[in-house]
Amino acid sequence: MTSTTRVRTLRQRENRDGLLLISPTLLVVLAVVVLPILWTVVLAFQRIRLIDIQRAGLFDAYTLRNFTTVLGSPGFWSSLGTTVVYAVGGTLLSLGLGLVAALALRRPFRGRALLRGAMLLPYVAPVVAVAFVWEVMLSPQYGIVNDWGMRLLGWDEPIAFLTDRETTFSLLGLQIPVPVALLTVIVFEGWRYFPFAFLFLLARTQAIPRELEEAAVVDGAAPTQRFRHIVWPQLAPVLALLAMLRFVMNFNKFDDVYLLTGGGSGTDVASVRVYDFLTARFDVGAASAQALVLAVVLLAFLAVYLKFFAPAADGKES
Amino acid sequence: MTRIGFENRLFGALRWVVLAGLAVATLFPFYYMLLLSVRPVEQLLQDPGALWVGFSEWTTETYAEVLRPEDAGGQGMLALLTNSALVSLATVVLTLVVTIPGAYAVSRLRFVGRGQVHLLFLAVYMFPAILLAVPLFVAFTRLGLRGSLLGLAIVYIAQTVPVSIYMLRNYLSTIPDAIEEAAAIDGCSRWQTMWRVTMPLAAPALLANGLYVFMIAWNEFLFALLFLVEDRDGWTVSLGLAQLSSGIEVPKTVLMAGSVVLTIPIVVLFYAAERMLTEGLTSGADKG
Repeated sequence: MTSTTRVRTLRQRENRDGLLLISPTLLVVLAVVVLPILWTVVLAFQRIRLIDIQRAGLFDAYTLRNFTTVLGSPGFWSSLGTTVVYAVGGTLLSLGLGLVAALALRRPFRGRALLRGAMLLPYVAPVVAVAFVWEVMLSPQYGIVNDWGMRLLGWDEPIAFLTDRETTFSLLGLQIPVPVALLTVIVFEGWRYFPFAFLFLLARTQAIPRELEEAAVVDGAAPTQRFRHIVWPQLAPVLALLAMLRFVMNFNKFDDVYLLTGGGSGTDVASVRVYDFLTARFDVGAASAQALVLAVVLLAFLAVYLKFFAPAADGKES
Repeated sequence: MTRIGFENRLFGALRWVVLAGLAVATLFPFYYMLLLSVRPVEQLLQDPGALWVGFSEWTTETYAEVLRPEDAGGQGMLALLTNSALVSLATVVLTLVVTIPGAYAVSRLRFVGRGQVHLLFLAVYMFPAILLAVPLFVAFTRLGLRGSLLGLAIVYIAQTVPVSIYMLRNYLSTIPDAIEEAAAIDGCSRWQTMWRVTMPLAAPALLANGLYVFMIAWNEFLFALLFLVEDRDGWTVSLGLAQLSSGIEVPKTVLMAGSVVLTIPIVVLFYAAERMLTEGLTSGADKG
């Protein structure tokens, strides 16, 4: 055997082994992700109800009726708007809190490790458990928030945080409408996911070379200037990536909203509508169409994001 | 006062305010959960604002009710805990079986399409779980897998494979090639090297990853709700708790006891492995 063929066979063997080792992963992703997505597209164009699914096939008649049902159903557009507000609000809040937390915990102090561990709790704990605690804390009848609010903050009446669609709040003679329930689920989202942003941002701030900031201190830079010119440029790419991840996650969010409000009181995000089509109306076709609309809107947002922010996120993928 | 002096004092003070605020915001709900779980419900209704109750008023009846089997008048959470543990363990095993070779291939071997693998994972994350829910619901109903815990574990792998490969790959790439080359020179085949050299070295990462996957599976709610809701015997704790709250009137203190039972295993696991987990997740984020 000559040396050139030996080299090539080694390379070929490596290629073969690599494909062999990665194939279980690919098979799983194909079976539980790719095929279902393709099937959703098919289902979205068929009239299928839950009782028919034993008979449903790929070649059943195709129709656009699911889309007319979904797009024409009451509250479709407002639900889409709610989803966007929820996703953007939740993303900004969790990233903002995460950033503040990461900056506050940058420098060592006694008990930092303990606090850092504690701050990850909302992210780690089961969503069902934390949703229930919030529900109990915010209850108008026996919730501690309303109890304290009325006793110490002088609220006139308890606030129904999770069931009040809108309340008017007067400030300096202005009547400002506030979507109470929607705000509450956004705050919940910010609370539950800020540890995620915090963790990544803290890791990044700790990788900033000490000398940079020490030099800036020597040069007489104020803390805000050091943040603006040294820390922020280092964090911006991480923030951009986290913003995209969180936006996608929040846009598709189901369980948090479903558990807190059941999608009522102006919090009917699109995922909850998909669930309702499927389980309340047994309409598989309409559920698929609604899910597909959701995915298309999300892709549009992502396309815009990649067009304007791609350079910032670049290099984070590899 | 100069700008620097002013800002130093301002942020110096603000920092402690922020730290205190964050500590209260993250810990209070969990403290409140624990507190309510040992209070009798009549007391909660009388005095909802209490931050502490004396030991003499504590009760364990809430826990007894939530854990006791149904036919003994309880909520049967103990059986549901077993279900959750089974699903989560099955998910961990299945995920690792799939992702250990996958991560090894991505970090070590040059093969056709290696550069495109991460695009696939990106795609997995971009698509909403709810989009997968409908066809999987249909497919699993037809296959008769819908009510089974194994079926649920298979669905969970889809959620855990990308993050698992990502974490393992990051760790494997910190193990120097030279170690594997030395094993190869000593006559190990690729598979022997993988099993006898690389995997033992990667044990901490495998453990951390297994725990993370366990957490995802334990906490999951949507698919458990969709797939298992019809048969009470198959419920996970998360689902059981959610059904408990929406069903017949159950005291909130019992619900809180259930929440504690659901949360404790995860919190214990998390703190047992906190450092490994957070480093496993964020390694790569600090590389700029």
